[in-house]
Amino acid sequence: MSTDPRIAEAFARLPDYLGGHVLVSVLALALGLAVSFPLALVARDHPKLRQLLLAAASVAQTIPGLALLALFYPLLLALSALSERMIGVGFSALGLLPSVLALALYSMLPVLRNTVTGLAGIEPAITEAARGVGMTPNQSLLMVELPLALPVIMAGIRTAAVWVIGTATLSTPIGQTSLGNYIFTGLQTQNWVFVLFGCAAAAALALLVDQSLGQIETGLRMRSRARVYGGAIALVVVVLGGLIPALSHGRPAYVVGAKTFTEQYILASLIDQRLTAAGLTAGRREGLGSSVILNALASGEIDAYVEYSGTLWANQLHRTDSPPRAEVLAAISKWLADTHGIRMLGDLGFENAYALAMRRERAQALHIRSIADLAHYATGMSIAGDYEFFARPEWAAIRKAYDLSFHEQRTMQPEFMYPAIAARDVDVIAAYSSDGLIAKYDLVVLEDPKHAIPPYDAILLVAPKRANDLKLGDALRPLVGAIDVTLMREANLRASTGGSDSSAAAAAGWLWEEIGKRKGGGK
Amino acid sequence: MTESAAIAFESVVTNHGDDRERTLDDVSFVVKERQFLAIVGPSGSGKTTLLRLVNRLGDPTAGTIRVYGEDVQTLDPVLLRRRIGYVFQGVGLFPHLTVAENIGIIPKLLEWDAALIDARVDTLLDLVQLDRAQYRGRFPHELSGGERQRVGVARAIAAEPKIVLMDEPFGALDPLTRDALGRDCRRLHDELGLTTVMITHDMLEALLLADRVIVLRAGRVIADDTPRALAAANDHSYVQELMEAPRRQADQLRALMSRERPT
Repeated sequence: MSTDPRIAEAFARLPDYLGGHVLVSVLALALGLAVSFPLALVARDHPKLRQLLLAAASVAQTIPGLALLALFYPLLLALSALSERMIGVGFSALGLLPSVLALALYSMLPVLRNTVTGLAGIEPAITEAARGVGMTPNQSLLMVELPLALPVIMAGIRTAAVWVIGTATLSTPIGQTSLGNYIFTGLQTQNWVFVLFGCAAAAALALLVDQSLGQIETGLRMRSRARVYGGAIALVVVVLGGLIPALSHGRPAYVVGAKTFTEQYILASLIDQRLTAAGLTAGRREGLGSSVILNALASGEIDAYVEYSGTLWANQLHRTDSPPRAEVLAAISKWLADTHGIRMLGDLGFENAYALAMRRERAQALHIRSIADLAHYATGMSIAGDYEFFARPEWAAIRKAYDLSFHEQRTMQPEFMYPAIAARDVDVIAAYSSDGLIAKYDLVVLEDPKHAIPPYDAILLVAPKRANDLKLGDALRPLVGAIDVTLMREANLRASTGGSDSSAAAAAGWLWEEIGKRKGGGK
Repeated sequence: MTESAAIAFESVVTNHGDDRERTLDDVSFVVKERQFLAIVGPSGSGKTTLLRLVNRLGDPTAGTIRVYGEDVQTLDPVLLRRRIGYVFQGVGLFPHLTVAENIGIIPKLLEWDAALIDARVDTLLDLVQLDRAQYRGRFPHELSGGERQRVGVARAIAAEPKIVLMDEPFGALDPLTRDALGRDCRRLHDELGLTTVMITHDMLEALLLADRVIVLRAGRVIADDTPRALAAANDHSYVQELMEAPRRQADQLRALMSRERPT
């Protein structure tokens, strides 16, 4: 019996993901400690400051981890822009830095709280004795109070470490490689082996670190040097064991970006495979948020990715009109070059637009063919869309054009929209036109006679520093105009069946074979 | 007379917190060098408050405290404390340090040489009659109450102070240990030429160990005399009351012993 190829792939990615995870966790904990520990010492003699700090740390703790991480991105972006203007040097607002800052903030509460309570819990008779034998306040702190509070402080560090390691999985969407890559990729491509693998790896890492710190804590409590050293050695082994394989891997020359859905993973895989085939070393940065990825390309943190014309049209150019697709493409290409120096290599040949879809049977029963027909029934219906859809200008445009108003609007993870409409939980979904699941679930896409939805051509973009990179251009040019919507739908479906061969890489390989067949057949 | 005064209290007043209530009310006395002074009084009479003033663990509201003629308010409290031994109520050993580390703490603060501290710790363990090899590496929680108090005494005299302050040093001990330790303290006091101020609520202990006894009540000195004079005195009702128990016990014991002695 052969093992599932997804498990082999998961192990192959482990050094990279684990290395990123350990790095971000260690840095965040170190920073968190370096800030919260002195703060706790200062706050020791100032009850008001102490209350303020604990309250602030508690508030930070109540912000959901993902939101906290996401908040640091625009903040750092603004700071980077400011420093670029002031001293001419910007810094990356993506990936490691925001992750470390947000996680460090997250780690502060347990360290602050335990240091404060640990010091406050020392018997007054003992601090009195320290004074009585002639210790200065600093000597009393260093020789008596801190050593006595150390087990409690250590317990706080332990809690912080477990929180940080768990929450670090959420740093994937802001561009930091972590064990969360398994979870986010797996969730998108319905690769449950990846999801489980990521969860298990993060849990195992947290357990190992917790156990090592636990040994140190018990050692301190029992005044056993052997235990303290044993725990410290175990901790060093875990950290180095996580970091060294990743460091020895080396950095790829080209980094391909991908947003957070299946099609993007397939296309990133395809680009990666093409670059590798051309003898270039390539890596991937997957699961980047839609607003993050263009900035990542502009700053050169990623070298190439696939964008959709309508997304840039609405979000970046802030246009609400909907001219013919060629006009949109030309305007976008010019805008990218002028404002960012980004080069558009070309369009891939298919569109992935938002499209309102219904169950075929229901649409036929109600004689609904277009969004205009839907408008008569919408007030009694519910619609589901992804996290972006209801905030996008085209949703406003559709509503305005067709005077559309639904009884209920629900936001969900794209993979769950289709099962939801199949189960009749919702009546209409904002589907994607290139999605293979439209056919699989037997849905119909409603026509848009008023052209309220702008064209969403898939376009291949390369970073400013790669604009004139001939090797890159030669490797990727065969993809331009080579993928039509049926091909992409099939590839998307292949990658999301949840079966053992349903990885994005396998779908990308299949896609390339098909492109070759068509070109060969066509000529 | 002031030349031989180790400690002097001059019209000392302390207030409790922000209250106008006085914990010490116009207290004046002089402790001569090499004297063993016991301060006796009920709880809340201001005994501990008084003792803490000597090494500036507390400050007076009014009046002056002098150590070898110097006003303590003009001295660096940290340096002052390092040259005065202090045996704390309930011991006050550092739980995370070994016996040797506890005893050597003040020499260490005074930056003595490590080998010198080691030798001194051994000498002190001998002085308080604890076996060197057996006790050096132990932690306070591994000791009995009496052993802990012996370590407390050793720590107080480690840096060869001339003055030792003891705050109810034998309070929590059983009678036999208490008696043995009391006599050891008196022996050390004589051998090392110390000036000792001991606080106790036990009049008998004070009478048997000290050269001189001060009785404190509600922050005021109501008697200040030798044990012999106090035992004979009957001028103050509260002192009489305090003397009542030891006298009666002594009489009963004497009666018991004469009855049982075979003729």
